[in-house]
Amino acid sequence: MPKRKTFEISAEADMTPMIDMTFQLIAFFMVLLNFAEDNQDQRINLPASELAKPPEGPSESPITLQLTKDALVLYDGNEVPVAGMRPYLLREAQVLKRSKKNPADAHVIIRADSATPTGKVQELIQLCQENQFERFTLRARQEKAGR
Amino acid sequence: MKFRKPAGVDKVEQQMTPMIDIVFQLLTFFVMSFKIGVQEGDFNVKMPLAGAGIAAAQELPPVKIQMSANADGSLRAMRMGERQLHGFDELNKEIIALVHGDTQMAENVEVELDCDYGLHYENVVRAISAVSGYVDPESNSIVKLVQKIKFAPPHAP
Repeated sequence: MPKRKTFEISAEADMTPMIDMTFQLIAFFMVLLNFAEDNQDQRINLPASELAKPPEGPSESPITLQLTKDALVLYDGNEVPVAGMRPYLLREAQVLKRSKKNPADAHVIIRADSATPTGKVQELIQLCQENQFERFTLRARQEKAGR
Repeated sequence: MKFRKPAGVDKVEQQMTPMIDIVFQLLTFFVMSFKIGVQEGDFNVKMPLAGAGIAAAQELPPVKIQMSANADGSLRAMRMGERQLHGFDELNKEIIALVHGDTQMAENVEVELDCDYGLHYENVVRAISAVSGYVDPESNSIVKLVQKIKFAPPHAP
């Protein structure tokens, strides 16, 4: 009896385009991912301003204080009332002095919510001033010029 | 008679599955950690503690801008000196008129913001924007006005 020839039918999908696209997607997300914006807390809705300039370089000894609309400072993972910030600011000033830096040269970055009472922001600034901090950066959301 | 396998058909297949697994895991990681962050900008203000730098007697007193608030924290009224202002655009025009392109004047003038305790902070940022400069519509660049800005002591409620 004559033997029949058997044909192997290959049903393999061509994976090359899919892998190409996937690598392009990975490259896209890798480039856009910014780990430096970790201090942007979603609970803070910053006020908008068209004059707020992006920082030209990294600030010297930055201390970021985030103030919610309920006047709580987000510091070190805790929600601290403004009046309770005194010991933390004192510690920050002591740490700077121990590393032979002047607290007056440190930048205090204030990220306050647009609905925060101004008096609370001023109280926080006053507490910083009492601990010899002088340089303040008020952070705002950049708004495109519409005029 | 023996049938021989046809020569030259041995196919060496690479295992793609682990690579694709890893690639998809990487993709998932980057997609999950991706967040659309808004662009942020700064206003740099130097504010020593009151009394640390006492102003010389011959220096001009600061331009006082008073902002009062409604019970809900919105802006009720704004005054510059003794004049009532109707909005931040008018404040900006007043400051432009005060400085009128004189950079020396812009450097010397100091503005003091005197705000009600409960006033929403966004009004302060808008006032600082109006005082510190404007965007030139022709060149689309920022024209600086007053850079010395300070707060009056807070009024406890």
